[in-house]
Amino acid sequence: MARLSVEIVTAERRVLSDEVDMVIAPAVEGTVGILPRHAPLLTSLRPGVMVLKRAGEEEVLAVSGGFLQVSNNRVLILADTAERAEEVDEARAEQARAEAEVALREASSQAGGVQTEAARTALRRSLARLQVTQRRKQRRTST
Amino acid sequence: MASLRDIRRRIRSIRNTGQITRAMQMVAASRMRRAQQRVLASRPYAEAARTMLGELSQQRLDPTAVHPLLRQRPERRASFVVFTSDRGLAGALNSNVLRRATEEILAREEESQIVTIGRKGQDFFVRRGRRLAATFTGLGERPEYAGIIPVARVVVEAYTAENVDAVYMLYPQFISTLQQLPVVKPILPIQALEEEGTPLEFIIEPDAEAILAALLPRYVEVQLYQALLEATASEQSARMIAMRNATENAEELVSELTLSYNKARQAAITKEITEIATAAEALTAART
Repeated sequence: MARLSVEIVTAERRVLSDEVDMVIAPAVEGTVGILPRHAPLLTSLRPGVMVLKRAGEEEVLAVSGGFLQVSNNRVLILADTAERAEEVDEARAEQARAEAEVALREASSQAGGVQTEAARTALRRSLARLQVTQRRKQRRTST
Repeated sequence: MASLRDIRRRIRSIRNTGQITRAMQMVAASRMRRAQQRVLASRPYAEAARTMLGELSQQRLDPTAVHPLLRQRPERRASFVVFTSDRGLAGALNSNVLRRATEEILAREEESQIVTIGRKGQDFFVRRGRRLAATFTGLGERPEYAGIIPVARVVVEAYTAENVDAVYMLYPQFISTLQQLPVVKPILPIQALEEEGTPLEFIIEPDAEAILAALLPRYVEVQLYQALLEATASEQSARMIAMRNATENAEELVSELTLSYNKARQAAITKEITEIATAAEALTAART
């Protein structure tokens, strides 16, 4: 069966380059699942969790926005940042979440559109990171 | 002829200098390796961004809504982002870049806008009484992507506000450890990209214009980031070579001075012996 070759790059480094069976990505218009022979697709990403499935096993990464391109069984992801579960600093993410929640409460009480949006994005970013570490822990306890 | 003590003092001082330059050479060498790795690590993203822009430019875009960063207009006023290092002792690196920058600026009738990166560039233009649109220092020490974002914002704003009609970056391109050449590269307007092969029919979400609007400023940042990384690699290798030459010169001086020290010492000893011998002879002559 055909597989997908995935490449995840950030401006600072190549995070991952691999063959997988399925990619689940947080696109702006909703989460997309990409299987081999997917139609050519170009989309922007929102902060969220990205899942790579290969032979029954899955790898989870936190991305904080970027772009995704699918063509000819090749998935190219230009991420603003991308971290594997083991790279996420959980304490820092937790602190960022707390700060973003405070900022969001303040911003929404003042009705400042731009600030609310910025705080919401920051919150999503920290949540994605936390989610990734939690999924990793679950997997460890189940095995 | 210099006295023995003077020569000894000079040898000691040159030897100290040589030790310092040798240490600086080692530091620069290890930083250079890291900087080169960073340059390599940043390439996949830049290439991917280029591919994506190419694909996007082949899609049917609304011709009435060309993105401002792609819109070409006759160049009257240019902006230069000049990359220099924060610290000196890097050979001719900075003076080469600044000479090239001066040529480019003098070649244009309208006064160009200048944005400097690095303390050396800032000092150079301020000393000449040039107005700087913006100046950034401390970026090259530990180059990070986040550091370049404000630089990109300055030039993108100047371009979209039509204060300038073109933006160039000027940085020492890393050719090899021994060679760095100042280059001028246009970054705005973004040149239309040509992709080979037949265009694919992409499903685009939300739409091509929205993706372009997000990707184009990113692309400007990426190009500036790569220039920063190359400038850092160039700086470290130029410094390494400069310090290696200084260390070699110090060693040469020390060996020359050691030779003249030994000669002077020999001469002093000979003189002393002659004096003793003469005195002894005078004594025996007096006794008889």
